[in-house]
Amino acid sequence: MYNAKYIIPGIIFFLALAFVPVVYNMGHKFEVTPELPRDQKDCVLPTQEMRDKHMQLLNEWRNEAVRDGSRIFVNAKGQKYVKSLTNTCMSCHPDKAKFCDRCHDTVGVAPYCWDCHNLTPDQKSPIPPVAQAATGGH
Amino acid sequence: MAAFYSFLAVLALIVIPWLGVGMGMGALFGIVLPYIAIIIFLVGFTMRIVDWAKSPIPFCIPTTGGQQKSLPWIKFSPWDNPYDKKGVFMRMVLEVLCFRSLFRNTSVKLQQEGPKVGYSSEKSLWLFALIFHYCFLLILVRHLRFFMAPVPYPVHIAEFMDSILQIGLPVMYQSDVLILVGLGFLLARRVFDGKVRYITLMQDYFPLLLLLGIVITGVWMRYVVKVDVIAVKELAMGIVTLHPHMPKAAIDPSVYAHLTLVCALFIYFPFSKLMHMGGVFLSPTRVVPNMSRRAMWVNPWNDPSIKPHSYAAYEDDFREKMIEAGLPVEKKA
Amino acid sequence: MAKYPPPEELIKINYTTPVKSWMDTKTAFKPGNFSYPGKPEILKYLGMPNPREWSPTDDDWKLPPDWQRIVMEKFREKLKKYRSFKIFMDICVRCGACADKCHFFIGGGDPKNMPVLRAELLRSIYRGEFSAAAKVLGKLAGARKLEEDVIKEWFLYFYQCTECRRCSLFCPYGIDTAEITMMARELLHEVGCNINWILEPAANCNRTGNHLGIQPHAYKDMMDFLCDDIEEITGKRIRPNVNKKGCEILFITPSGDIFADPGIYTYMGYLILFEHLGLDVTWSTYASEGGNFGLFTSDKMMKKLNAKMYAEAERLGAKWILGGECGHMWRVINQYMSTMNGPADFLETPVSPITGTKFDAAAGTKMLHIAEFTADLIKHGKLNLDPSRNDNFKTTFHDSCNPARGMGLFEEPRYVLKNVCRYFYEMPENTIREQTFCCGGGAGLNNEEFTETRLRGGLPRGNAVKYVRDRHGVNNLACVCAIDRATLPPLCDYWAPGVGVSGLHELVGNAIILDGEKKRTTDLRQNPLPGMEDEEE
Repeated sequence: MYNAKYIIPGIIFFLALAFVPVVYNMGHKFEVTPELPRDQKDCVLPTQEMRDKHMQLLNEWRNEAVRDGSRIFVNAKGQKYVKSLTNTCMSCHPDKAKFCDRCHDTVGVAPYCWDCHNLTPDQKSPIPPVAQAATGGH
Repeated sequence: MAAFYSFLAVLALIVIPWLGVGMGMGALFGIVLPYIAIIIFLVGFTMRIVDWAKSPIPFCIPTTGGQQKSLPWIKFSPWDNPYDKKGVFMRMVLEVLCFRSLFRNTSVKLQQEGPKVGYSSEKSLWLFALIFHYCFLLILVRHLRFFMAPVPYPVHIAEFMDSILQIGLPVMYQSDVLILVGLGFLLARRVFDGKVRYITLMQDYFPLLLLLGIVITGVWMRYVVKVDVIAVKELAMGIVTLHPHMPKAAIDPSVYAHLTLVCALFIYFPFSKLMHMGGVFLSPTRVVPNMSRRAMWVNPWNDPSIKPHSYAAYEDDFREKMIEAGLPVEKKA
Repeated sequence: MAKYPPPEELIKINYTTPVKSWMDTKTAFKPGNFSYPGKPEILKYLGMPNPREWSPTDDDWKLPPDWQRIVMEKFREKLKKYRSFKIFMDICVRCGACADKCHFFIGGGDPKNMPVLRAELLRSIYRGEFSAAAKVLGKLAGARKLEEDVIKEWFLYFYQCTECRRCSLFCPYGIDTAEITMMARELLHEVGCNINWILEPAANCNRTGNHLGIQPHAYKDMMDFLCDDIEEITGKRIRPNVNKKGCEILFITPSGDIFADPGIYTYMGYLILFEHLGLDVTWSTYASEGGNFGLFTSDKMMKKLNAKMYAEAERLGAKWILGGECGHMWRVINQYMSTMNGPADFLETPVSPITGTKFDAAAGTKMLHIAEFTADLIKHGKLNLDPSRNDNFKTTFHDSCNPARGMGLFEEPRYVLKNVCRYFYEMPENTIREQTFCCGGGAGLNNEEFTETRLRGGLPRGNAVKYVRDRHGVNNLACVCAIDRATLPPLCDYWAPGVGVSGLHELVGNAIILDGEKKRTTDLRQNPLPGMEDEEE
């Protein structure tokens, strides 16, 4: 082998790069445990759907509530909810750090929800879907 | 034809895992294949480089792209015509990071009127190649979010910058759009530019279509079906922590299609032209300084037994005539 | 001379590519597109394989019986010896950046003259013989078997490459077709397919010291003849040293310059320069060739021919070597010489005896380019110059491929030129310096039978010359290469009539005022100087 003094470090550098994730994760146990509400069993949609598509739902909610004034969401079971991140979602999942962030941080997602929304809901349970209660979390 | 077969191959690489996972072969496509692919990629890549390195660079043959360093009052081009290692380093930085040589590209135009042969700057290949390569790099870095826990800060930055326009939810990555543009251009010129089509082989279409397949399945996963990324990360982390296991939650088959295409790319890589990634660092016309007049460049297989036709033999041949012409000779007749 | 079509016809070039795959296009040998094969006696003299009478237009090329094995064995050997070859076979992505960079493609439109395809001619065999996967996929993967037609194709297209390296400049991986062509030509030598225009000069050079086969007494005669001319023009008799021991400097330049117009004027320019400086310099008949057709033959031949330079410098006891104007000679000196035949520890780093400048750029080979030497002299004001004597010339400068892309000699000749001429105009920027175009006759292709293809390949250069001729009235193309001086005059006559060709040192010779010279009425070509048109001869 010729020019080994350049090529071997080059190869080692290349392999080292490839093994960065392996070394980085060494000794860590990978676990994702968002804290789930104890007193509620069902979310607005089935769990798997919420896991995959909550961002889509929230995006729709925001657009419909803010732009069209449509503030009531009816799910497949006919249950009604106010379209509100703070007052509906966070009434069951009150602690962003223990629920939202657990997954978001895990996969490096930083949604901009809380650029606007506050973190302290004033409700302890989902508010009934009545017109006068349909206040946003702002 | 070559393009069509390449397309079929890529299609098969999507359909097979898609169906396979449905038949309960998730672990094959999600765990076994990735391990095989990574091993082939790393071992194959290294072996190719070592194989190249086994042949020497017998002569110092840089392509000089600028003024040599000669007289002190003549301005020379330290990067296009480097005379030392520092210059070569800069030349390679420019070549690898900025595609310096491709930046020079021109296009010839022949005008019968005159006649006139003109050369116009032709930067589209440079631009789209650069777009493709940088997007690919960025996407690779971004994907580390699935392979590292906690997600390192630089990956966050890459993620943030790449989605800074905050379009849609999940937010759109600019690199996803741009890489499609880049790949689309590279493919289009292979199809529509007669000269390029003429030189294009199956091994040129295949990687392009493979990469397009990877990008499209990726886009599909993120923006259309919105797969369960936590489950995906669980699978990925299982692989990199060497504790492979299938995640509890189900993963959409498109993930396996995406993964299989990536594995195919990794497996194909060391045996293909994609090795230009490693080869560019070993190209003798670029990585060698223009120094062989300044100092000695050694050829390991130089054959010292090759001697010139000796002066003695020359004089023996022409002595009489040389004496007659008044030229000095070593031996008198 | 009307063997080839007029420019109006030749310019009708079709760049569109055929629908059919290039592998299905049969190689066609036509008068004007190939060079004559090596004569058997020359091959025998050089000890090269398979000497025989044959012609490329024959059906049967009389290859040795096991020619396939011979070629593949050599192929393997070359891959083992040259990393460049291995890498260049492996990493091309066929991006096509090189496609329209080749002068033969620009001037001819034959797609196999696109550098990428020229290399694919070899790569297809590399894949077809060495890669299992490609063997199965065959033509789709650009792989094929080594058949006699492939040898014919190689012979045609690797002797339609002038190793000018222009494509290599634009290649994102630096793939150098010159290198590939050199390898291919070596493979072809193994089965006795080569061209006489390269081998005969190489054989001559070996025996007589120069390509033209000029024997020592004849060389001296020709030199005296040029000195007669100088005496007639300047009134001064120059008595140059030949084969003299103990001189400080050995001077070596291509033999073409002692033999033919317009090289002889450059030769006279050297003589005048040395006389002007009183330089302690000798010429040699044993090493009377700067050029090295071994570069176009094989590494062995290159080394053997090049070795004479050091051998002669050692025999004569010179301190360093000064090299004349030549293209490929300088590629050899800059990139091969010390590796092949150095280190030349018996020599010293060149120091100009006139200015005291030490040329560190030549510290390894101990060999200096005359343009560097003269530029340094002018910078130090050591030359007594009258540039107005070149006022008849409106000059442009042709960068020769090898000093351009195999060395980087751009500013030195320009500096000299601007100091000895008052009218200097550059050609368009995509045709000069590192992007310069070949004269069409490099790498041993400057032969008569190849003229049509040469003129085609000369289109980019010729058209750039025409551009400055029409725009600035340029009438002289200066260059620092002996092959240029041989090939550019017919090229200019064809594409840019009215433009002549000169060496750099011809113009230097015109401008230098020798001590005690008579009032010159003519330039070195014995054309009247400006304002002297009416003087009596």
